[in-house]
Amino acid sequence: MSQSEQKNEHSLGSEGASEAGDPSAQAEAAVDATTADAQAVSAGGTTPSPADSAAEGTARQVEPEPVEEPQSFPVTIIVRRYDPEVDEEPRWVDYDVQMFATERILDALHRIKWEQDPSLAFRRSCAHGVCGSDAMRINGKNRLACKALVKDFDTSKPIYVEAIKGLPLEKDLIVDMEPFFDSFREIQPFLQATGKPDKERHQTIAQRERFDDTTKCILCAACTTSCPVFWTDGQYFGPAAIVNAHRFIFDSRDEASQVRLDILNDQEGVWRCRTTFNCTDACPRGIQVTKAIAEVKQAMISGVKL
Amino acid sequence: MTATIENPNYAYPARSAGRRGPNLEKAGWIFMRASGVVLVVLIFGHLAFNLLWTPGGIHAVDFGFVGGKLAQPFWQWWDVLMLWLAILHGSNGMRTIVNDYVHKPTIRTVALWAIGIAAAVLIILGTLITFTFNPCPEGADLSLLPSFCAEL
Repeated sequence: MSQSEQKNEHSLGSEGASEAGDPSAQAEAAVDATTADAQAVSAGGTTPSPADSAAEGTARQVEPEPVEEPQSFPVTIIVRRYDPEVDEEPRWVDYDVQMFATERILDALHRIKWEQDPSLAFRRSCAHGVCGSDAMRINGKNRLACKALVKDFDTSKPIYVEAIKGLPLEKDLIVDMEPFFDSFREIQPFLQATGKPDKERHQTIAQRERFDDTTKCILCAACTTSCPVFWTDGQYFGPAAIVNAHRFIFDSRDEASQVRLDILNDQEGVWRCRTTFNCTDACPRGIQVTKAIAEVKQAMISGVKL
Repeated sequence: MTATIENPNYAYPARSAGRRGPNLEKAGWIFMRASGVVLVVLIFGHLAFNLLWTPGGIHAVDFGFVGGKLAQPFWQWWDVLMLWLAILHGSNGMRTIVNDYVHKPTIRTVALWAIGIAAAVLIILGTLITFTFNPCPEGADLSLLPSFCAEL
């Protein structure tokens, strides 16, 4: 193999690039094939001939399929950096990385952190869209970095990556999630049932289906931090808390629906929702967030319909 | 194995625990929807009667036309209802915007009071004028007044 490659290089040097392809292809085919096949290749090329079909009876000719090498392409990522010990204000920093079409924004951040600037700080855990650690604002929209493919963005322009808005910025892409989790805790996100049955608590398929959509929440905060009301007033419970309240309010086994409705029937509760649908657009799990909020509003007006 | 926590400890009381007075957010939300629907009927009814139904359209709207309308109880109540709903709907919307976007407590209080006073003044003046309006002022040119003024 190495000999033929050397020969190929030599011929490329002396005869030019246009003729260089043929000898190497023939040489590669000849390495794996039998002597008879190699003769057929050198004699007839790729067109099938009677000699070829006769030879196939003993050993099938293997045509090397042209496998396209994955091509990497340059992408400019502009990250909003902030180091509280150095910077007074966050600053935008550009990084050029070579990306493949199958890769995600998270891979670009890894490449920056591992190869260019180890001081870049961001959260990620499972890297497969389940843990909800790496929600960030990518080109102005809240996305999970591990679910946003680079090829889905216009790579002729830079991709802007910054921390989610509305929560206190700690460093680079990391924000303080505690206010978000406080809202979540406040709506009592746990099953409250008094009876103690011998076996499991029964539920029909339809009863389970009623709140299925809101069970998908991974608490990534993409919805809450895309909400304009939350940006301007951090006191608002936010879509994620309401979604998780919805999950228990409409659960037929739970007995504390009214408690949660009273909590959300607050000045900072569901009535602050302006139905801008930012949360539904941002949700990486495809939860119909605005619809869930509307159902909670409806339950406050005309009671919980399971 | 099941463990039941008898008294779940969540040290996060509802946000507005220190709030005074009734919570009117739900009532406000319902009012905005209901008044919106009614206003669509009232405003388009108003426009259709004044501009389409009345011969002459916009050119026929003068003192006599308005005076004649405000002499009838039907149109008095129509206009008063439209006034109240439109002013309350609009000022509640303004209140919402102020609550969403004004953060400094002093400016917020001033803005909310300004909206409230403006709404109150407009509603009181409008209601007063609609019910105390005199369509036939003394000594005016009869040709400019509603037709029934001649019979007085």
